[in-house]
Amino acid sequence: MYGTDTTGSPYAPHTDADRAAMLEVIGVDAVDDLFDIPEDVRFDEEFGIESRTERETRRLVRSILGRNDDLTELLGRGHYGYYVPSLVDHLADRSEFLTSYTQYQPEVSQGFLQALFEYQSLLVELTGLEIANCSMYDAATALGEAATLADRVRGTSGHRVLVPDLLLEGRRSTLANYVAGTDLAIEEYPTEDGTVDVDALSAAVDEEVVMVYAENPTVRGTIEGELDAIGDLVADEDALFVLGSDPIALSLLQRPVDVGADVVVGDASVLGLPTSYGMGLGLFACREDYLRQVPGRLVGASEDATDRRAYTLTLQTREQHIRRERATSNICTNQAWVALRTAMHAASLGPSGMVDLAKRGVTRAENLADRLDDLVGVVAPVHGRRHVREFVAHVDQPAAAIADDLETRGFAIHVVGDHEIQVCVAGVPDDRIDAFVTAFTEVVR
Amino acid sequence: MTDESADGNPSQERGEQARYDQARYVDDGQYEPLLAEKDRTEVEIDADDSPLPDDLTRDAIELPELSEPELARHYTRLSQMIYGIDSGPYPLGSCTMKYNPKFTEDVAALPDAAVHPDRSEGSIQGTLELMYRLQDYLARIGGMDAVTLQPPAGAAGEFVGIRVAAAYHEHNGEDHRDEVIIPESAHGTNFATAALGGYEVVSLPSDDEGRVDLEALEAALSENTAALMLTNPNTLGLFERDITEIAEMVHDVGGLLYYDGANLNALLGRARPGDMGFDVMHYNVHKTFATPHGGGGPGAGPVGVVDDLAPFLPAPRVRADGSSGSEQTYELFDPEHTIGQVHGYQGNWLVLVKTFAYIARLGDEGLTDASAKAVLNANYLASQIDYDVPYEPFHHEFVASAGEQDAADVAKRMLDYGVHPPTTKWPEIVPEALMTEPTEVESKATLDRLAAAFDAVAEEDDETLAAAPDRTTARRIDQTSAARNPRLSWQALADDE
Repeated sequence: MYGTDTTGSPYAPHTDADRAAMLEVIGVDAVDDLFDIPEDVRFDEEFGIESRTERETRRLVRSILGRNDDLTELLGRGHYGYYVPSLVDHLADRSEFLTSYTQYQPEVSQGFLQALFEYQSLLVELTGLEIANCSMYDAATALGEAATLADRVRGTSGHRVLVPDLLLEGRRSTLANYVAGTDLAIEEYPTEDGTVDVDALSAAVDEEVVMVYAENPTVRGTIEGELDAIGDLVADEDALFVLGSDPIALSLLQRPVDVGADVVVGDASVLGLPTSYGMGLGLFACREDYLRQVPGRLVGASEDATDRRAYTLTLQTREQHIRRERATSNICTNQAWVALRTAMHAASLGPSGMVDLAKRGVTRAENLADRLDDLVGVVAPVHGRRHVREFVAHVDQPAAAIADDLETRGFAIHVVGDHEIQVCVAGVPDDRIDAFVTAFTEVVR
Repeated sequence: MTDESADGNPSQERGEQARYDQARYVDDGQYEPLLAEKDRTEVEIDADDSPLPDDLTRDAIELPELSEPELARHYTRLSQMIYGIDSGPYPLGSCTMKYNPKFTEDVAALPDAAVHPDRSEGSIQGTLELMYRLQDYLARIGGMDAVTLQPPAGAAGEFVGIRVAAAYHEHNGEDHRDEVIIPESAHGTNFATAALGGYEVVSLPSDDEGRVDLEALEAALSENTAALMLTNPNTLGLFERDITEIAEMVHDVGGLLYYDGANLNALLGRARPGDMGFDVMHYNVHKTFATPHGGGGPGAGPVGVVDDLAPFLPAPRVRADGSSGSEQTYELFDPEHTIGQVHGYQGNWLVLVKTFAYIARLGDEGLTDASAKAVLNANYLASQIDYDVPYEPFHHEFVASAGEQDAADVAKRMLDYGVHPPTTKWPEIVPEALMTEPTEVESKATLDRLAAAFDAVAEEDDETLAAAPDRTTARRIDQTSAARNPRLSWQALADDE
């Protein structure tokens, strides 16, 4: 009587006899008698949503999503479609991982707590900072949380938050919403040739600045060369240096702690998730000094009654279910399962695999830029900097027209200016890169 | 107590979680070593074989290095040390832990579900259509006029609601409104969200029957009121019968009424927040529509609003472009007075795909039946337990009192009976609260087993409760030392030893 062909409420296992017996015990005639809803707000209509069998529902979703074009995506700018090993899907989909709740009863949640502890440990190794939480929603919200952290640890001594003029609109806008309830003001500082203009930043930093944000790599794929200078000038004003990055880039690029970063944010879903229309995993790591001001959940090691090592959510007095309006953040449901996937993907790569993946991002991007640069009417990369994963190219023809033409040939790229496109190699197999170069050559011919 | 399960014959009365020290004894004082303790390798970044100069790279990285079979076993063992909804009943009040149908995982894994967020609108018509249809489903279910799917969790949805309310008041020249009223028994996220939005929180006491005290509300309301945040049924499971009057009172002073969707599972097809006078609401799709909680997330917290507030919703939203012909097309647009974004892209998309599939599967008939059985189950379970339930008539959840017992200890002891305990010690209006929500997915037989666990624990003495649990993977964990001496990574553990 149950199963995939049933419509109605197929996951409620009551038999008619059960229901009758239960009603009798409760002492009412009908389920309707249990609803204490005044007549004037009762809903007596229908939603107009048809019930379907499981098979019909799968067909419906497949047919809707089937309207998407099948394109090779040479897209990045903060969101990357690296190949995710099958190991991750199969193990993360084990139903104990998938169907459990936040670990409020740690004695029956040791497996998830340990996986999250291992995820935190991964971020500690990558950033060199002592503390990492076990997830925020995405890079943009993690940036917003970093700003409110800066506001708390700096008290009232200033209100300026400096961000690069290259910052993605989605991140800037999210940050603006997060600080809307504070007196923080967001200001831009200039970049020069795709990286931070340190002189201009230096001129902008004063004692009113509570936080400076920079990214490595930048949204244009360039690698910052003067992070330690930024760290120094931010430290001179006792502001927080918040660095945006991701686990793959961090495997190769300068360690945040070595350049004076106080907080690292970014999107950790670069490992563990496919492109997923922008679904993310907010990375958040910081200095130990801010331990009691950290937003989000922390998993700590402890011991159980048999003196064996055991894990538990800890320092929960920072969280909203205990501290209410004095909490460090309102985040409750987080991205735990994505953090699990990220930890699994990182473990399957191992340290050599992580470093190799990052290195290939440099060499493959530079190789593709060289091949495009050889074409008439194309300059790639635009910036005279080292790149990882992606780069901006100048095209003599209108960029939008080139992107449209490429789309009809099965390729998606970014348009970032009237005559600027951006191309990303992350997750794109070599044979598709070759096919892209062939198509691109025809388009710009 | 001795290990009764060593003979592999678990007790009839009590449950027992899989314990990996039985199958694979670990002799170093751990249930399962960390990956980094099994094998780790330091890889140096050598300038000779690096594509980048030394000054742009780190020196070295040290991480676990294990084979795929070793990883498969590690994560399988970890999974066996977790209690999920597929392990047994999970009656966590206010959390709505339902069974998660398996087919939704398959539709979320369809290759067409995974597209880059910067794709052209023309090339992702499927994604946009599914978003549009889900917006429409949610609007109908909530009785709302417009819906955004962007908030990545319920608390993020609350934040959107508060930001939209602020933008609305500011647009109307009423930015002096700096207070948000919240019942004392509300979810902690309400308070934290209002504070994040820059509002003063005005706490509202309950009346003797556990509902909003109208006199206290009258006193709290003023020209400074931006919004009242409320859930209905409230956290005691009680329907706020005066909701129409409450809405009038809030609207009379120019405030907005916000609906916390955590308890919407009780109302599906029976009542709609929009019809009750709520102006803005969030949906916890991972609760009401049974998409997996994933050990704490991801969820999604779409927000619905009435027409007046729609121009302020986050950007972008999806609309049908009105083109005629055989196939409707969809496009993104920015609402006129949008607050901007609250997530870097469009939120937790894969969760939304699962939500759509769940709602499309159940339809009117299933959704309405779900709320009926959720309420039936809560009432049946409450009638079967020996603990006092002071407030009624409740709907999908009830709050029992552990009385003289410590509710947290009761919870630990329930673990020994193989069931997950209720939410404990909250709301504080009930002493030693056991906030219980069985949801619609439990059978009578399972509810009887749950009730037997409640009742067995009710008979036990404080000493037994304080020593619990003893049949779980780990025994009672020392929370104090975890907080006093925080060790949050394997590196910190290594430093410690």
